Amino acid sequence: MTDTAWIDAALTSARPQAVGALLRYFRDLDTAEEAFQNACLRALKSWPQNGPPRDPAAWLIMVGRNVAIDDLRRSRRQAPLPEDDEAISDLDDAEEQLAERLDGSHYRDDILRLLFICCHPELPATQQIALALRIVSGLSVKQIARAFLVSEAAMEQRITRAKARVTEAGVPFETPGAVERSERLAAVAAMIYLIFNEGYSADGDSAGTRRSLCEEAIRLARLLLRLFQSEPEIMGLTALLLLQHARAAARFDGSGRLVLLDDQDRSLWNQKMIAEGLALIDKAMRHRRSGPYQIQAAIAALHARAARPEDTDWAQIDLLYGTLEIMQPSPVVRLNRAVAVSKVRGAQAALEMIEPLGERLSNYFHFFGVRGAFLMQLGRNDEARVAFDRAIALANTPAEAAHIRMHLDRLMRDSAPRGSKISKK
Amino acid sequence: MLYAILCYHDEDFTSSWTSEQDAAVMKKLAVVQEGLAKQGRLGPVARLLPTTSATTLRKDDPPVVLDGPYAETKEQLLGFYIVDCANLDAALDVARDLGAANPGGAYEIRPVGLFNPGSTG
Repeated sequence: MTDTAWIDAALTSARPQAVGALLRYFRDLDTAEEAFQNACLRALKSWPQNGPPRDPAAWLIMVGRNVAIDDLRRSRRQAPLPEDDEAISDLDDAEEQLAERLDGSHYRDDILRLLFICCHPELPATQQIALALRIVSGLSVKQIARAFLVSEAAMEQRITRAKARVTEAGVPFETPGAVERSERLAAVAAMIYLIFNEGYSADGDSAGTRRSLCEEAIRLARLLLRLFQSEPEIMGLTALLLLQHARAAARFDGSGRLVLLDDQDRSLWNQKMIAEGLALIDKAMRHRRSGPYQIQAAIAALHARAARPEDTDWAQIDLLYGTLEIMQPSPVVRLNRAVAVSKVRGAQAALEMIEPLGERLSNYFHFFGVRGAFLMQLGRNDEARVAFDRAIALANTPAEAAHIRMHLDRLMRDSAPRGSKISKK
Repeated sequence: MLYAILCYHDEDFTSSWTSEQDAAVMKKLAVVQEGLAKQGRLGPVARLLPTTSATTLRKDDPPVVLDGPYAETKEQLLGFYIVDCANLDAALDVARDLGAANPGGAYEIRPVGLFNPGSTG
């Protein structure tokens, strides 16, 4: 790793803790971010010459705080300073003291707070994600704009608006009680999952830039789990993300087309991520406090454990979806369950299961894709074609549309008159 | 004399590496390892999964299972085992048996991500 790459990684890893602590200190997001930014500039000058500090986060908090206090002094000489305002001159000693204090409970809540303010319920999902990527992950507006396929100016505006809303709503600075802490944790977990999905739902063409969102979500999930080591749902979330992302290299073919699970080259699955995911779900299950992330991770684990598609334990997957349905009744969960049912009890049973969903999922791409596939398996080709046509109309990405078109082509070939059939050798 | 070399680093930092950076580090390490292997001096090499996957068994009476890595600093690392287990429960059973034979202290149980059995002599 080059010198600058080393420093980049150190700054990124220290960021949530440092910005979180600066936010607690200054009680203002912009000031905290600016203080961190200034500290980073000094780190870029000082670290290559003096070597890495023992605790980069503590160093950045200290320097950021001192620089910001100097700035405040200069800009409003008369204004009272925040409490505990003494700028610290002997950096080495101070670093040690601060590191000790940070070892306590403070920094856990600092990081959780920083993540939590990004998932304000009034913010739409896309703004929550953008804000978290900017504030917590420190991605540049340009990088985030690229991931969302919008202009930099539009993204800048979106983030500014989201920040204003968060500030207006007020940042909760009091130390949270146990119930509140677990509510915050759930909101933050949901947001991390959103970040992951944003990357996961990318199609083949944009997979490169957006895939990094999956990696960032995994990093945040691991961070959260290190702070809250006994939370089975956070273990489940981290496992789920790892197990899903492990398949990334196999999900698209050379021309960017989506490859379904059954058709994926399983030798491309990332075994290291699978091992970590399996270890985490194993650990979570011991708590006997099940939850939606754990169930979904357990389903992903059953796929990961199957060396070939036909080795998949669909009966167990059916059961797990049944449990998930009880926890989170939703037509989408039922639709996923129907796929498992089709493997265990056949397409007819699966089709009957999803028929009642037609009304609620009438604008849902996957509903028509799955329905068409069941009909095709039953040889009801005309009805399958209608379902696939509808699916194409509702496709969210070119990859999705291309995938359905493949089914349609097959139907066309199968039903074409004999003479015109393309001969196969 | 066999020497164990135990690896420590800031996990926040190493988990911020991109997969490319991680692979680059592993490649550089492999060069050093290969040199040792050729001389028949390299024993087992293991890369452990992150501490988030760790579980700790405190060898109290009865033993207590805690999530997370061993975090106390008043005890010192004295040895380690590599055991093949079907799952975490099986690994905890082994740790309990060992603990019964030698009470006091703790075992940290970590899944092994990469393992090269090596060979010495």
